[in-house]
Formats: sequence, C-alpha cells, structure tokens
Amino acid sequence: MGAIGTGALYWTHYIAISLIALGLIGFLIRRNAVVVLMCLELMLQGVNLLFLEASVRTGTPDGILMVVLIITVGAAEAAVGLGIILNLFRLKGTVELDAFRSLQG
Amino acid sequence: MIFVPLAGAIVGGLLLRPISVRRAGVLATLVAAASFVATVVLWAGLSPGSAVTFSVPWFPVGGRMVEWGFRFDALTAVMCLVVTGIGSVIHLFSIGYMSEDRTPARYFAYLNLFLFAMLVLVTADNLAVLFVGWEGVGLCSYLLIGYWYQDPVKAAAGMKAFLVNRIGDAGFLIGMFLCVGIFGTLRFEEIARLLGQADAFSLGDLPKLNLAALFLFAGAVGKSAQIPLFVWLPDAMAGPTPVSALIHAATMVTAGIYLVVRMSPLFQVAADASQVVAVIGGATALFAALIATSQRDIKKVLAYSTVSQLGLIFLALGCRAYLAGIFHVVTHAFFKALLFLGAGSVIHAMHGEQDILKMGGLRRALPHTFLTFTVGWLAICGIPPLSGFFSKDLILFGVLSNGGWGLWLTGTLASVLTAFYMTRLYVLVFLGQSRSPGVHPHESPPVMSAPLWCLAIGSAVVGFLELPHFLHLPAVFGGYLHALIPEAPMPDGPLGEVGAMLVATVLAVCSIALAFVVFSRASGTVPGWARPVVGVLEGKFFVDELYHRVIVEPFGWICARCARVIDPRIVDAGLMLPARLCRAGGTVLSLVQWGAVQFYLLVFVLGALAVLWAVMGRMVTL
Amino acid sequence: MSSILFWLVAVPVLGSLICIPLSDRYARWAALATGVVGVVLAGLLYAAFDPAQADRFQLAVEFPWIPAFGIRFALGVDALNFPLVLLSKLVLPVALLASWGEQRHARAFMICYLALDAAMVGCLLATDIFLFYVLWEAMLIPMLLLIGVWGSKERVYAAVKFFLFTFAGSVLMLAAVLWVFVEHHAQIGAYTGDIAALGSVVLSTTPVLYGLSPMDLVFLGFTLAFAVKVPLFPLHTWLPDAHVQAPTGGSILLAAVLLKLGTYGLLRFSIPYAPLAFLKFQGALSVLSVIGIVYGAWVALAQTDMKRLIAYSSVSHLGFVVLGICALNTDGLTGAVLQMVNHGLSTGALFLLVGILYERRHSRELADLGGLAEFMPKYAVFLVFIACSSMAVPGLNGFVGEFLVLRGVFQASPLFGVVAVTGVVFGALYLLVMLRAVLFGPTASSENRALSDLSLRDWAALVPLCIFIVWLGIAPGALLSRLGGSLDGYWRKAVPSLSIGADVPLREGGRS
Repeated sequence: MGAIGTGALYWTHYIAISLIALGLIGFLIRRNAVVVLMCLELMLQGVNLLFLEASVRTGTPDGILMVVLIITVGAAEAAVGLGIILNLFRLKGTVELDAFRSLQG
Repeated sequence: MIFVPLAGAIVGGLLLRPISVRRAGVLATLVAAASFVATVVLWAGLSPGSAVTFSVPWFPVGGRMVEWGFRFDALTAVMCLVVTGIGSVIHLFSIGYMSEDRTPARYFAYLNLFLFAMLVLVTADNLAVLFVGWEGVGLCSYLLIGYWYQDPVKAAAGMKAFLVNRIGDAGFLIGMFLCVGIFGTLRFEEIARLLGQADAFSLGDLPKLNLAALFLFAGAVGKSAQIPLFVWLPDAMAGPTPVSALIHAATMVTAGIYLVVRMSPLFQVAADASQVVAVIGGATALFAALIATSQRDIKKVLAYSTVSQLGLIFLALGCRAYLAGIFHVVTHAFFKALLFLGAGSVIHAMHGEQDILKMGGLRRALPHTFLTFTVGWLAICGIPPLSGFFSKDLILFGVLSNGGWGLWLTGTLASVLTAFYMTRLYVLVFLGQSRSPGVHPHESPPVMSAPLWCLAIGSAVVGFLELPHFLHLPAVFGGYLHALIPEAPMPDGPLGEVGAMLVATVLAVCSIALAFVVFSRASGTVPGWARPVVGVLEGKFFVDELYHRVIVEPFGWICARCARVIDPRIVDAGLMLPARLCRAGGTVLSLVQWGAVQFYLLVFVLGALAVLWAVMGRMVTL
Repeated sequence: MSSILFWLVAVPVLGSLICIPLSDRYARWAALATGVVGVVLAGLLYAAFDPAQADRFQLAVEFPWIPAFGIRFALGVDALNFPLVLLSKLVLPVALLASWGEQRHARAFMICYLALDAAMVGCLLATDIFLFYVLWEAMLIPMLLLIGVWGSKERVYAAVKFFLFTFAGSVLMLAAVLWVFVEHHAQIGAYTGDIAALGSVVLSTTPVLYGLSPMDLVFLGFTLAFAVKVPLFPLHTWLPDAHVQAPTGGSILLAAVLLKLGTYGLLRFSIPYAPLAFLKFQGALSVLSVIGIVYGAWVALAQTDMKRLIAYSSVSHLGFVVLGICALNTDGLTGAVLQMVNHGLSTGALFLLVGILYERRHSRELADLGGLAEFMPKYAVFLVFIACSSMAVPGLNGFVGEFLVLRGVFQASPLFGVVAVTGVVFGALYLLVMLRAVLFGPTASSENRALSDLSLRDWAALVPLCIFIVWLGIAPGALLSRLGGSLDGYWRKAVPSLSIGADVPLREGGRS
C-alpha cells in the first residue's frame, strides 16, 4: 500500500492519461450520442494501457487479466449502448443528445 | 289506561291515509270521544287523594332508574277531562270546517296524535315522561300549524313555533338536570315528599332550588308563550282555526302552567323563582293585552288574548294561587275555545276573510255563532254569572292577598284591557252594518254549531264549581284538588274579597261601555291623535322585527361566515398546508431534473471523481 | 356458538369471495344474502352475550399469527364493541339496498362493501393490538375505492383527502402502538399483542420532548388518529367532502360505523393506556368537542347541499359523544355509547333518504327541491320522522342518549352543560331548515312534480332502521341491560387515580 502515489511516470502513462483526458472531454462535450459512446471507449482504452503497463513493469499477469475483462465487458457494453442508440434514432430520427429531454422536470 | 286507545287511534289514523276521505273525521272524533269516556270512567272510579299508577323502567340516570311512569290523580283527571272533552268537541267542529280539505286523513291523524301527546304530558308521573309529551305536542303543533305547507309563510310559522319552543325546552332540560342533581329523582311524588320533609334542605340549597325552578319555568315560558318567547303564538294562527282552538287556547299552551302546578312544592320553596314567575306573567298579561287592542285579524286578537290570559294565570301561580290558576285554565279552555271556534265559524262564513274591519253586522247572518260568541265574550270579560267571572276574580284576589298592590294593579289593568278589546272585537264583527257589501255570509252547518253550543254551556256553567270564599259555600273544585295543590292563604275578611270583586266587575263594565261607545261609531279609520299609539300597538311593539334584526340576522351572518370563510379557508387550508408544502417542495426539487443527457453525464463523472477522491484520500492517509 | 365472532368476520369475506365469479345481477343478491346472514349472526350474538361479564372480553376466538412476538389473530367482545358490532351488521344490508341501483361494476361494488364490513367488524372485535392496527388500515382501502370509483364529480379529491388524513393519523398511532409494545417487553419481559395485557404497561410521566412525557406522546399518537376519524374539530374537514362525494351506501357505512371507530378507539386505547395523559388533555378535548357541537351546527345551517348539511350534523352529534366521554362519569359514558348507536341509526337513515332523492332527482342542492311533501308523501313522513330522531325528540332513540350525555356533562361542569344544551336548539334549527327547504313551501322546479314515491326496496331499507329507532327510544334497556354494570366500572378500572363512584345527589331519596 505504501507504494501508491510514489512511482515514477513513464511515457506510457502520459499516453494513457491523454487518452483518458481526451475521452473525458469528448464524453462531456460532444452532442452526438455515438461520438459520446466512442469517447467512452477511448477512456476505456486509456485505462487498458495503464493496466498493461503496470503488468509489464511488475511482471504479474494481473494487469493483463484486467485488460481482458475490460475488453470483454467493453464490447458487451458497446453492443448494448449501440442498440439503445439505434432505438433512440428510430424514435426521434436523430441521435443528438439535446433531442432527448422527456425526463425534464 | 287512557292513552292506549289513543295510541291505537294514532296508528289507525296514520294507516288510513291513502284510504278514506270523510270517514277520517268521524273516526278521529269517535276516538277522541272514546278517550273522553275512558277519562270519565277513570275519574268516577277515583277516590279523593288516591291515584291510579302504572310504570315500566326506561333508562338509568345518576344511579337511579327513570321510568315510563303514568299517574292518574285528581289534577290529572281535571286536565284530562278538559283535554279530551274539549278535544272531542273540536274534532267534531273540524269535520265541518275542513270539509273542503284535500288530505283530511292527515289532518285528523295529526289531531289525534296531538291528543295522545297531550295526554302523555298530563298523565306523566315524572319530568322525563312529561317532557316526552311536551315535545310531542310541540311536534304536533309544528305539523298542524304548518298544515297548509304549500304556503311558505305558513310553513315558516310552524318552524318558528317549534324553534321557540325548543329554546324553552333547553331551559327545561337544564332544569331537569338540576333536579336530578338536587333530588336524585324526577318523579313528582318523590320531589314533593322530599320538599315536604322539614329537615331535608338547608338555607344553602336555596339558590340551587331557585335555579331549578327558574329553568323549568323557562320551559314553560316557551311552551305557554310568555315574554320573551311568545312570538310564535300569533304566527301560529296560520294554522287551521280548530287547531288554534285546540292547541293554543285549550291545551298545549296550558302545558307550561300544568308543569308549574305539578312542581308547585318546588315553587313554594323557591320564593325568588315564584316572584319571577309572577312578574313575567303580569308583564306579559299587560303587554299582550295592549297589543290585542289594535289588531285587525280576528285570530290575532284572540291569539294575543290567549297570551294575555296565560300571563294572568302565571301571575296567579307566581303569587302561590295555584288553585286559581288551574281553575282559570279550565274556564279559559272553555270560553277561549268557544271564541276561536266562533271565529272559525265567522271565517268559514266570510269565505276566508279574517280582517275584522271588513266584517260587521254578522249577528243577523250567523245567529248561532252570534249567540254563543256573546256567551264567550261575556265570560272572558268577567261578567257574572259566567265562568270567567269566578275564575278571574279568584286570581285577582289571590294576587292581591299574596302579591301586593303592584301586581294586583297589573292584573286588573290587563283585565280591563281584555274587556276593552274583546268588546271591540265583538262590536266590529257582529254589530252594526256589514262593511263588505258584496259578501253574503251563511251560517255554519250543525256540525259546527253544536260544538259551539256545548262550549257555550260549559263557559256559562263551569264557573259554579268554585264559588268565592266569602259565601262559605262548598267549593267543589278546590275541595277536589285540595290534597294536591297547596292553597294560597287568603285573608278571611269578606270585605277584601267582595271589594276586589266589585272593583273588577265595575271596571270591566266601564271598559265594555267605553269600547261600545268608541267602536259603535267607528268608521274604520283611526283618529289622528291616536294614530302613533295605535301604530305601535298594531305593529306588536315591533318585537318580531326586533328579534329578527338582533338575533336572526346576525346569527345567519355568523353561520355563513363559518361555512364559507372559516371552514374552507382557515381550517381546511390549515390542514392542507402540509400537502401544499409537499407539492411545492416537489416542484422545487424537480427543477434539478434538466432532462439534458449531457448534464447527467457531467454529474455522473463528477460523482465518480468525488468517490475516487474519497477513496484515494483514505488510502493515502492509511 | 363460541366461534360466533369468527363467523361474524368470516361471513362477509366468504361472501365477497362468492361474489367474484358471479355476474352483476347475482352478485347483488349474494351480497344481500351475506348481509342478512350477518344480521342473523348479530342476533345470535345479542342472545349469547353475557351481561355479567361485560367488562372483559368474552366469546374469545384465537389463532396464532406471529408467535415469536405474541401476536395472534384474536377476537373478543365486551361492552364497548358489542353495540357497535350489532350496529354495523344491521346497517350493512341497508347500505347494500341503497346501492342496488349502481350499474357500473356492480360486482366489484358489492365486494368492496363486504370487504369493508369484514374489516370494520374485525377491527372492532380485535383483541390483539396489531390485528386492530392492520384492520384499521385495511378499512381504508375499500372505502377509498368506494369513494374514488363510484362517487360523484369530485370523488378522487375526496377519496385521496380521506385516505391521507386518516392515514396520517394512523401512522402516529403505529408509533404509539410500537412504543407500548416495546415498553411491555422492557417492563414485563414477554412480547404480547394482547390489548388487555398491554394495558398493564406503566408509561413514564417524566417529560422528554417539549414538556411531553412518553405517556402524553402515546396518548397523543392514539388520540390524533382517533380524532381524525371521529371527527373532532378541527380535523373534520375531510368528512364533508368524503360524504358528499361518496355513493349513498358508502355514506351510510361511513357515518354509521366508521366514525364510531374513532370514539371506540378513545375508549379502548387512549384512555386505558394513558389515563393520566387523558386527564391532562381532557379539558382541551372537551373544548374541542363543544366547539364541534356548536360550530358543526352553525356550518350545517349555512349549507345548500343536503348531504353536506347532514355531514356537518355528524360533526355536531359526535361532538356530543366525545363530550360525554370527557365528562368522566357514568351518565356521560352511557349516553356516549348510546349516542354512538343512535347516531348510526339516525344519520344512516338520513343519508339513505338523501340517496333516495338523489336517485330520482340527481341533485342534492336544496334550491332544486322544495314542496316535495305533496308529491312524495310517504317519503315526507319518513324524513320528518328521522329528523325528529336526529333532533332528539323524546320517545325516539336520540333523546335518551342526549339526555344522559347532557346530564353527565352538566354534572361535571354546568358551564359546559349549558353550552352543550344550546346544541340541542341548533340541532333542531338546521334540521327544520332542511325540512322546510326540501318538503315544504313552493316547489323549485316542475321536475319535482313527477317524482315517484318510495319503492319496495326503499321501504325494506328504511323500516328496519325505524323499528330500532322506536325500540331504542322506548326501551333503551334492551341494549343497556346487556352492558350490565360495566360502564359504571369503566372509569374505576381505566382511571383508578380518579375516585369516581355512582352519582350521589344532593340529598339521598328516602332517608330513614
């Protein structure tokens, strides 16, 4: 436990953080639901990178396990998410997030 | 028992409603007559001082049981004879008077029901059963006064009667509660016994006893139309005239008097209360007599006359002259019923006209009515040897002996006025020339005349039951009731009694003469100098208007305020406040829901970061 | 015979189950038959009731329910619930007859009535406090449906208002119940739901919250729930809306039975469990009930809707009942118990009569009526008769109850007595005004001329009520003798700190 927050930052960390940051910004800013989903996936990839790097550095398989898990769940979640977006498109004819306001009030 | 056949009669009368038309009248009269016969039989079998009783348990109060108790003693016998006798006569009269009515079965059923209630009242052996009859007659008078209910005025009159009576009844109830508290019982016999025991009550109990007596008297004020609750009786003339005769002349209004006499042991002890009774009685007698002098409606004159005569009786009762009071009740029943029925005959003949200024000269057209009315007129004026003379003088003498000059003057003045306005009525209706040229009145059928003659004979004869004391002749009436009614002490000197009699009679004669003079030449209009006075008198001192302004209107306003403002806007709104607050809160909180997905995403991320921060923070410190 | 209480509750349940598969037409008859069976059972109960044991539960029926907490399905009858059970069984067929004409979902309608009856009677007979509470809440649902589905124009508002008001009170009652329950375990060591056993809990009187002790809080918890039901001023505002919007049969049951559960609860729970708190709040309760009597009458006077008028008259009449209880003496209590039954009969009959009129005229507004005595004479007779009963005309049932209540109140406090007596006058006033507006005077519209008089069904519903009105008026002993001396002993048992004996008059009659 004591080692948390004290490690050095490698170049993979920078890439991963950039991915996460970009994904997060896009997630919050973009109006197209598909793009938001893609940004979500981007964030996931960033996290994947972090796990891989940790696994390689320490030589344990834990990180790779996590990556496999994340990829699997991510795929499922992307499938479901796209299915929902598809239905939304059928409902409203668009996938702009602004169009879906029926929960207002 | 007496009232059992009567109870059967009511049920019969009510069931007959859809069936017969004229037979109802005959049946009802036969029933009334049967009860009269039963009364006579019971009366004959009654030895002095004893009573026939009957009781069944009813409900418990204060640890003791109140019973449906009935008692037939001398006083009851007297009242019953009057009620059933005159009642039967009036039933007979009604057959003729109501010959054109559409629902006679209803009318006669009500009449029988009334008779039943009145009999319950006078045969009661305790206050509770008396109260049953008391309210019963109140109910029947409501039904009978408002008999022609299609007319809202008449219906309202019935309602007024019931309500004003109820106000008195509230006092009666309080009086009953006080009696239970003081005596532990409501039975007359036991109350009398308790009061008779010399050591039963101390001086400290006197205020309570006075209060009880006063509240019971309050009930009598309502029922017997004394100040301030007399306003229902004149309005009650809206009912059919035989109803007025029965209820408001002969029977119901005497219920209050009967109550006071039955509770006379209490009033004997409660001197202050008796004083109040006398004062109110005297004031009412005078007040009503004044009003009666200027009324135009024949029935209203008689109505105020009744109020006045009742006042006179209460005056006597307040002066401990109970015997005189009851005696006058009996004689008054005869001649007042006679007068009312005579008025009914007149109204019937004049096809519904009741304004005396439009009448006149009826002595030729209605001979029977005229003759019998003459008897009644003389009786009420107190002219010897008719009954009114004896009873009125007994009253006045009793008042003089026990009540003092002031009260005696009041009573005498009221009697003088009585003679005055009755003569006015007599002159304007029967004497002179007819003032309605187009109308051709006809005499009533024998069905209606026979009762008039019965009552006339009664009015003439009944007086001899109680001869003035100074003659030292047997006083039949007083002797009969001696055991029950405390007799007022009367000074023995012949001068006092004779003197009073002479004064009263002379004044009466003068008054009659005056009235003759004034009204024989009357042109129907009032001379200028008298107009303001007459205006006030004719307007009944504006008592009804006063009551309306001061009581009825503000009360209606209060009720409306309660119903439209207080209840909906204050009470209900107060209780709905939590509901409104919840709703408002909900509305405010729902503002958080923007509906914008992106906003939700932002919140989601921020939330996740916050959790992460918390977790990381803890891990770092660890 | 010993299981009669069980059948009293089970028969309506069975009846409602039978109604489910039936069609509308047959469902009505099945429900009516169930009601009549209920009346017969009530008669048997009347015969089986032992006056000597009226102060404790008799004819008890018990089934285990949650043994770990001592909670059972237990029924028992004593002097307090006996009259009310009889009343509710008697009134059910009347309410069913009144609802005969309902065309929408008649089957469900009848089932609601039967369910309501089962819940009410079960609640009255419950000797386990949790059973009582469950059934108390259970009563609300059929009533909610009755008002909300089969009512008049504003029915949803009225139904929801009724439900929320009553429910809010009940939740407070739940808190009180749990408190007592837990206290019992803490003090005696065993869990039990038995009402009588819980009475032995000693609640502390030391102030804990805003100057109120646990005993006060328990009292308030119970009493607020009951006060809403009674209804006690100022918690009465749900009643006019509920009555006006409810269908006729619903109004009848509401007025005849449901309202009495409030006063019953006061006598069964509030007073025995928290006697000192009752003494503390007795003044406030008395004032509120007197206000209820007078205010209820005044507001009734100003009403233009016949049913609203009668609803406010209920507020007034039940004010008398609560006042009688607050008088703390035998007369007041006896009168209160009697008035509970009397009011049920009279006001139930009044609502029945209003319903009869509404069926024909589809209006309750007094302005639309008038002069009906000419076109519906038999109806007029009944209306006047029932109004007399409500006005406490002697000879009919209302008089004895009111007399006893007033006498008890007067003995306790002449001031309150005098004010309460004015209630008698006002009572007559608004009823007479109603009679005049409906029956007498000129008629408001020509439609009134064509109105038909009472039908056979109407007679069948009215006559039983009238018979009891007369019977109880002439011989209230029929009911009172069954109660034995239990009412005398009620105060001694429930409020032992108060030394109250039978009334002692100023002078004993018959001194040696």
